[in-house]
Amino acid sequence: MKLSRVHVGDPLPERAFKPDEVQLFMYNAAIWNHHRIHYDHPYTTGEEGHPGIVIDGPLQGDFLTQLVLEWVGTDGALSGFEYSNRKAAYIGETLRARGRITEVREADSEVDVELAIVNEAGEVITPGKASVRFHQ
Amino acid sequence: MALLTSELKAAVGRQLPPVRAEVTRREICKYSAATGQRLQRFIDGDEAPPMFLFGLFLPILPREQLGHDGLPPDTGLVPELPLKRVMAGGTQQTWFRGIYPGDVLVSRQTLLDLFEKEGAQGPLIFAVVENRVETEAGEPVMTERSTRIAR
Repeated sequence: MKLSRVHVGDPLPERAFKPDEVQLFMYNAAIWNHHRIHYDHPYTTGEEGHPGIVIDGPLQGDFLTQLVLEWVGTDGALSGFEYSNRKAAYIGETLRARGRITEVREADSEVDVELAIVNEAGEVITPGKASVRFHQ
Repeated sequence: MALLTSELKAAVGRQLPPVRAEVTRREICKYSAATGQRLQRFIDGDEAPPMFLFGLFLPILPREQLGHDGLPPDTGLVPELPLKRVMAGGTQQTWFRGIYPGDVLVSRQTLLDLFEKEGAQGPLIFAVVENRVETEAGEPVMTERSTRIAR
């Protein structure tokens, strides 16, 4: 993506994620996280009161960074990123990562993007923002 | 009503001992496969996806030190607060460079702030933790501020 082709309001190509048990196991093994709510269904529903196995919050943060980095390709790098897990997501749900350009600072070769993970009910469960600095 | 006593506020500024970790191509490849990365440089492990850093400094402890819930004990950086229901707030990161195989990175966590606010449904306490990640040579990689909210 070239900076000259970026405009405020442009959407980023949307991407859907549907983590299953195997992907969640791979993720938690890779980051070395052994919290039971990510693999032990009886514990998660019986003792922590969730309706199902919980999709990790930072994994949703990762999904948002993927949306941005796939969009910018090799033309820039992440300079800022923020996200906030507002509502839990569970195995079986399809999560959609969305983004939209909110600011283009040509003098700094920097672009701001508003991000969101949206659940099947259409709720924004993980809002976020990113800044990308384009290579000059 | 002030919930944060001067004793609690005195914890602001305290730090955990630095944690050092080596980045390997194999660990990057595992992370990239686990998260469904599609960019070849991440799949091949030539560079780590940014959120790879989240797991890099998580403690590796024997089973007997983990709780019934599977979690390691709290680090103690944030003192025990008078409000007990803790929620994750937001995480803000500033990035200075990428992460590559062979990097040796150091994480330093500091309790940056403790403050309270009156929310619509009662008092809230905010704890802000800063995590500064640098190379061993001191080159900044990423600085993160995470907020925990107790109510």
